[in-house]
Amino acid sequence: MKAVICVTGKDTKGIIAAVSAYCAEKGANIIDITQSVLQEYFAMIMLAEIDELTVHFSDFADGLDALGKARNLVISVMHEDIFNTMHHI
Amino acid sequence: MLNTADILETIHMIREENLDIRTVTMGISLWDCVSDDESRLLSKIYDKITTKAARLVPVAEEIEKTYGVPIVNKRVSVTPVSLIGGAFGPETYVKIAETLDKAASDLGINFIGGFSAMVEKGFSTGAKHLIEAIPTALAGTGCVCSGVNVASSKAGINMDAIRLMGGVVKETARRTADKDSIGCAKLVVFGNAPQDNPFMAGAFHGVGENECAINVGVSGPGVMASAIRRAGDCDLSALADVIKKTAFKITRVGQLVAGEAAKKLGVPFGIIDLSLAPTPAVGDSVARILEEMGLETCGAWGTTAALSMLNDAVKKGGVMASSHVGGLSGAFIPVSEDEGMIAAAECGCLTLPKLEAMTAVCSVGLDMIAIPGDTSEDVIAGIIADEIAIGVQNTKTTAVRLIPVQGKGPGDTAVFGGLLGYAPIMPVNNASPARFIARGGRIPAPIHSLKN
Repeated sequence: MKAVICVTGKDTKGIIAAVSAYCAEKGANIIDITQSVLQEYFAMIMLAEIDELTVHFSDFADGLDALGKARNLVISVMHEDIFNTMHHI
Repeated sequence: MLNTADILETIHMIREENLDIRTVTMGISLWDCVSDDESRLLSKIYDKITTKAARLVPVAEEIEKTYGVPIVNKRVSVTPVSLIGGAFGPETYVKIAETLDKAASDLGINFIGGFSAMVEKGFSTGAKHLIEAIPTALAGTGCVCSGVNVASSKAGINMDAIRLMGGVVKETARRTADKDSIGCAKLVVFGNAPQDNPFMAGAFHGVGENECAINVGVSGPGVMASAIRRAGDCDLSALADVIKKTAFKITRVGQLVAGEAAKKLGVPFGIIDLSLAPTPAVGDSVARILEEMGLETCGAWGTTAALSMLNDAVKKGGVMASSHVGGLSGAFIPVSEDEGMIAAAECGCLTLPKLEAMTAVCSVGLDMIAIPGDTSEDVIAGIIADEIAIGVQNTKTTAVRLIPVQGKGPGDTAVFGGLLGYAPIMPVNNASPARFIARGGRIPAPIHSLKN
């Protein structure tokens, strides 16, 4: 199972490091990253394997949300199925 | 393979365009609760609902977290209560409503539907008693919703029931006069009521349904309006395509959520209701979709045509996205629950006669319309009869949810709060249909209902 982690907000130092460290700590394996900075605006999408999460998915999501709020970012994490269902027949 | 544009589109729909699942509704059969002992009947109803739906709210919340899509309402619908309490009088029906209310509030759901009766051809004793109990039941409860089916394309129109409902609507308004007659917001009069509708106030769990089922109502007017805006000045064939594609995406989310909820709760999946259901929030309005299609204001000439096309394209797009479609399925036009409708009504562009025309081509009827409190029972019955006739002739569902707001008239506003919203009081043509209504009896079923 994979989750899509989407991070948006004002660019600051260490965003990728913080999100990656959190994922590693909770047992999520990052398998793909796409990231861009437009002017001061930071946007990153990560694809992560979540089969070996050490916490419940909703706690994982809450943790990312809190991490985002602490850095003035919006971080959402969603199961990949919502994208597959909406965009693929 | 996921691509970035798709991911961003979905996230944008949820964050900026109010994409959500409007309701996950668990239908529960109450047949096995029937008893000739009142206290046993009540305790069995309470136990059945609170056991079957015990995990509804936590499971729905877990699904919200997993997919990042809000599920706005978690609800329960039950077997039409008139069928369950047939051994008792109206007082017991009031107690059943109170029991449903307690079960709903203990479960943490916002509405429970099924305080209902089917009287399209005539009244059973239970139905008569339930209808008599409606004003007291709705005045004394918070979460209970009630519906009465007074007609079908097969049976014709029960005018005795319509006359009775004119009085019931009025009495319910009086009993809840202190809250802008909010009781009437939980009372709907149906023609051709669907058996698996997940939306309130008309939800009930029909007699041919599973013991328990998960029905899901989708939403997404904001997503639709944005897609139409992005399409620019294309012609209507191209626009219909945009609507279909968008409806497909919205409905697929509903199907995903329904499947997950059914699996996690161990309950069969029933149907997806393909509806564009608005809320009073800005950016969540069906009226604004019609305006985005090119109307200056909802209610302008062209509104019925635009709504007709929208409703049809939503169904065509949605039907392929879901394994089973049911409920009302179409665009909703509840006035008080739609920010754009409220604005159109306030400026006088959207009127009751125009709304009646619109109901001929969309999924519901005259919905959440505040009318003057001094409107007579006969006029209310006449409005119901007209609206139901549209449904019966066109073999579609129509419904009437009118709120004769006590002590208020045209120029005033009724405030219901939350998803029920607020509405300017619309003027009503008060010429009397009393003699017609008083004739009673049944309007025979239309000739085209004889299909066998």
